[in-house]
Amino acid sequence: MNSPLDILTLQPPEAAVRPALPFDVRRVRADFPILGQQVQGQPLVYLDNGATAQKPRAVIDALSHYYTDQNANVHRGVHHLSQIATDVYEAARRKVATFINAASDREIIFVRGTTEGINLIAQTFGREQIGEGDEIIITEMEHHSNIVPWWMLCREKGAKLRVIPMNDRGELCMDTYQTLFSQHTKLVSIVHISNVLGTVNPVEEIVQIAHAHGVPVHIDGAQAVPHQRVDVRALGCEFYTFSGHKMFAPTGIGVLYGCETYLDTMPPYQGGGSMIQSVDFDNITYGNTPNKFEAGTPNIAGSIGLGAAIDYLNSIDFDGAAKYETNLLEYAHDALRDVPDLKLIGTAERKVGVLSFTLSDIHPHDVGTILDQAGVAVRAGHHCAQPIMKHYDIPAATRASLAFYNTREDIDALVSGLHSVRKIFG
Amino acid sequence: MSDLRELYQQLILDHNKNPRNFRVLDPADRFAEGYNPLCGDKVEVYLQLQGNRIKDIGFQGSGCAISKASASLMTETIKGKTLGETETHFKDFQAMLTDPSSNLDLDQMGKLFVFAGVRDYPTRIKCATLSWHALRAAINNVQTPITTER
Repeated sequence: MNSPLDILTLQPPEAAVRPALPFDVRRVRADFPILGQQVQGQPLVYLDNGATAQKPRAVIDALSHYYTDQNANVHRGVHHLSQIATDVYEAARRKVATFINAASDREIIFVRGTTEGINLIAQTFGREQIGEGDEIIITEMEHHSNIVPWWMLCREKGAKLRVIPMNDRGELCMDTYQTLFSQHTKLVSIVHISNVLGTVNPVEEIVQIAHAHGVPVHIDGAQAVPHQRVDVRALGCEFYTFSGHKMFAPTGIGVLYGCETYLDTMPPYQGGGSMIQSVDFDNITYGNTPNKFEAGTPNIAGSIGLGAAIDYLNSIDFDGAAKYETNLLEYAHDALRDVPDLKLIGTAERKVGVLSFTLSDIHPHDVGTILDQAGVAVRAGHHCAQPIMKHYDIPAATRASLAFYNTREDIDALVSGLHSVRKIFG
Repeated sequence: MSDLRELYQQLILDHNKNPRNFRVLDPADRFAEGYNPLCGDKVEVYLQLQGNRIKDIGFQGSGCAISKASASLMTETIKGKTLGETETHFKDFQAMLTDPSSNLDLDQMGKLFVFAGVRDYPTRIKCATLSWHALRAAINNVQTPITTER
């Protein structure tokens, strides 16, 4: 029988301090139980990581451990379990802060995911700071989650969206970006890495230019955190959002990083328990950052899972994993270029392992269904980025998105599946 | 790959490549749009009526092979039929795709039976039924675009 103290010390964070062995894809694959399964009688080839990544055993075990041994509500109650739950929840917040090099764990707000993080900024900072005639700069390559919250805010306030266009390779037109600023510009909100094109945007430069105009910047990092190390202080952005589930953590947990000076002056998001200091019917005072943005019982298990995912990434030589992925992307590019009638969408100079393409005039849904029969999981559709589809004048695209556990064999299976598609459609 | 041949039968591939009645009817007595927001598939259905009968039908849109072939074969099937007969076809078609216990008269289904294999691909059923829902909306004079999602 464990004493409560043992339960605390049984936490996995020690993994973070263990020196990581050089990245080895075979060893890493063994950490992901789902990768061993068969689909349609074939070994699973999971190339839909842009939608959601698979979970390592360490994350699954952390969830199980929490619910088996530690479950209680946080920031309440004086009993043992409540204290443990609070400790592991706040420990996860510190892990996130370290992971993205935030100045303080007060700058880490747990949300449901990137979408909620962006909506939070729009509903708090946005509703207070953006008014009639003001302007928000976004890009042509945004996911709908970085368009719709701003569009809704603009409708409400009579503000306007200004859009940085991109070229046909899927790179932002930085010259145009410079010209979009005016005295009315209140925010720049841009995607770090495109979920369709894989483009790594020059966010450092984008932030510098915005700051030269005195404008704060939000970066949507949903597709960035699974592929490379992110340092919010080096980027210098005021806000950074990302989702846990795309970086090997559970769904339903995500992070809004906000620079403390901004968060402290922003109004709360939702009202409820946890976000207040005192309540009576005549007067309510709100709590401090980050609590004032976290009304209600949070996703405790999710945050612990996210902490476990961060420990896991630290334990596998994440930088080595990123290099491995870059090599795999080159291999995949070359392999796909050899498929007749295949056209890659997104050929930026700086990109990560996202391969969107069209194949002759065969609809991506048909491509996806046929690949699925070969055990190959890809995404087909508009990828919640209809403006990108419009740019290339296509209704939809097929997307294979990589993670560090993918292999050259996975790419070969994709290519062989694409040959089957061409055969069926003659 | 035998399963896939069941889904992508030659008749479907043919109608995908050369859709029949793929045109706007102008003037049209009835018109409706169908939309699948999950995948972006779109279909527009145009009708010319003569009393209770569908005198002519045309469709436009973009989508996968299943949705395009389904719309094409639908127009072939119901051209010249009465509204009552069309409703029966709609119900039979839907039952074929969604109700494994349905006891369908295969002769009655005609060429539409080519879509029976779609039943084994749950993610694709809405592709096959989108144009039928749009047709029904046109008949019922529904003005707003209908969608496959609630």
